[in-house]
Amino acid sequence: MAVRELTYVEALNEALREEMRRDDSVIVFGEEVALAGGVYKVTKDLLKEFGPERVRDTPISEIAIVGAAIGAALAGLRPVAEIMFFDFAGIAFDQIVTHASKLRFTSGGQVKLPLVIRTQYSLGRSYGSQHTQFLAASFMQAPGLKIVLPSTPYDAKGLLKSAIRDDDPVLFIESGSLYVNKNYYGYKGPVPEDEYLIPLGKADVKREGSDVTVVALSRTVSEAVVAADMLKEEGVGVEVLDLRTIQPMDYAAVERSVRKTNRLIVAEDSVKTCGVSAEVAAYVAEYALDALEAPIVRLNSPPMPTPQSQPLERLYMVSADKIVDAVKKLLG
Amino acid sequence: MTSQAVELDRERLLRFLRKMLEIRIFEERVEALYREGKVAGPAHLYIGQEAVAVGVLEALRPDDVVLSTYRGHGHGLARGVPMEAVMGEILGKSVGTCKGLGGSMHAPISVRHNLPMATAIVGSGLPIAVGVALGLKYRGKDSLAAVFFGDGAVNTGAFHESLNLAAVWGLPVLFVCENNLYAMTTAISRTFAGESIAARASSYGIKTYTAMGNDVVEVYKTAHEAAEHIRAGKGPAFIECRTYRQRGHGGYDMGVWYRPAEERELWFSRDPIDLLYSRLRELGYADEKLRASLEEEVGRMVEAAVKVALESPVTDFNTLLDLVYASKV
Repeated sequence: MAVRELTYVEALNEALREEMRRDDSVIVFGEEVALAGGVYKVTKDLLKEFGPERVRDTPISEIAIVGAAIGAALAGLRPVAEIMFFDFAGIAFDQIVTHASKLRFTSGGQVKLPLVIRTQYSLGRSYGSQHTQFLAASFMQAPGLKIVLPSTPYDAKGLLKSAIRDDDPVLFIESGSLYVNKNYYGYKGPVPEDEYLIPLGKADVKREGSDVTVVALSRTVSEAVVAADMLKEEGVGVEVLDLRTIQPMDYAAVERSVRKTNRLIVAEDSVKTCGVSAEVAAYVAEYALDALEAPIVRLNSPPMPTPQSQPLERLYMVSADKIVDAVKKLLG
Repeated sequence: MTSQAVELDRERLLRFLRKMLEIRIFEERVEALYREGKVAGPAHLYIGQEAVAVGVLEALRPDDVVLSTYRGHGHGLARGVPMEAVMGEILGKSVGTCKGLGGSMHAPISVRHNLPMATAIVGSGLPIAVGVALGLKYRGKDSLAAVFFGDGAVNTGAFHESLNLAAVWGLPVLFVCENNLYAMTTAISRTFAGESIAARASSYGIKTYTAMGNDVVEVYKTAHEAAEHIRAGKGPAFIECRTYRQRGHGGYDMGVWYRPAEERELWFSRDPIDLLYSRLRELGYADEKLRASLEEEVGRMVEAAVKVALESPVTDFNTLLDLVYASKV
């Protein structure tokens, strides 16, 4: 199977393009997605290929964007709506959490909502406190929603295609850092030319190791992979487990890895309190405590908003160095 | 069909009366069950607003999609959702439209009647209607999406985003505002800036109508005209129906302390069912005997629905997790 290197953005674009070619019920709308091709070019040239009925620019109206996706799904389409920054999802919280996630259950199973809300968080780009929030955990309190976070071009394409074909509402959270920062492991990578899908709900081992498990998601996978490669040279085996989907969460994969390494670090781009890392840690403490040979370590941001200044933001973020330090400390 | 024909069509007018009586007697029974403690949770009654649901929904087609609200029992019944399913839902039973998982605030939901959503959040149905209309238009259908909401909704952000987007995209949405003058206990005069709801809607370039919401014939004609406008591909339309709820916001509220006696008396004297009945009597289409027999028949129907609902089991708790997702992971 032929494989080329694609960027994270190109892989996402290809996924959209393939699914739109395959199924005319797939439509795309959001701010700047049509004429401009997306502020980060994820929807580049879709307007040209699929026309203005299927690729639509919207006003800056996040409530209406998500509401329209719900309605279009009720009418039998498979809309892919874009919320430009994850922070803006707060404006549409009612539509995402109180409507999209609950309508199927509340109607007694009468309806299904095959829709995707694509968004991205831009921690690592010096965008300040209101364009960098990683709010994923907030949405985990909404059963009915699926939440997917690709960390590489390969995953981005395969997961987005699956999300579009899925019959449930999917919150698809991309990383703005992986869009633009060439230094990241997840910025560019091999993507097969032949079609493939990646099932939702399955975590993925990005690096195998037997000394410590680092559970990561989205951007922190890139940090964890670098940390693992550095430590490998020192003879330490780090297993990097990329969650990929956090709702439903692949708890079995987490437990399997922890039972193998007996040590757990969770690295996440949000504050520690009630984050995804808290959920992973709580699960392991509840169901696999006997496997642990050391306390669980959570690596998150300190409990404050993101500082804008680039050097300060770097200190604020989870990094490969911080992961290396944590691993060394854990192994004594 | 011309408006004149509507006015003179005895069969249609009697159908309106029958439909409105169904809602009224059903809701009175819900109220009684609420007072007996048999309805758990809220029950937002439709009493007094029957002409809006019946007038609008009689003017629409079965393939039009209808979106309702927490004050939606009347929308469901007017749309033809079986009484026992709506009652069953209000009582939280498996025979309910939503198997008892939605309750009163989602009771009208029935996909088979093209009523796929009723929201419990003020204003939140409007953007969803915009999306339904987008889907209908995209598929080249000449059906429309009709969304009901109250006067409280017109001050939400969702209202403005939705009217704007529907207008910008020229979508087949029929916005139906049931202006009953109060958002819970707060009078619209205390919360609304500007000339009127209709004026606000029309500022988006949307074809806007105002109707006396207690006059079912006027509502019907207006909705019919609005639907024709939409089906002609001229974009969305908006109807402000001025009406009054004859009860409080929810079952717990008698709707008294915050509404002046004169206002209540005035609006009770414009009862939508009495208004239509007077008209029918003047036209020689109905008399006391007919009304009494209709009421008796509907009363029996409601009692039968109550019986089915009360006797229905509750949905098995062990089956609920299977309803969260459409496709398992």
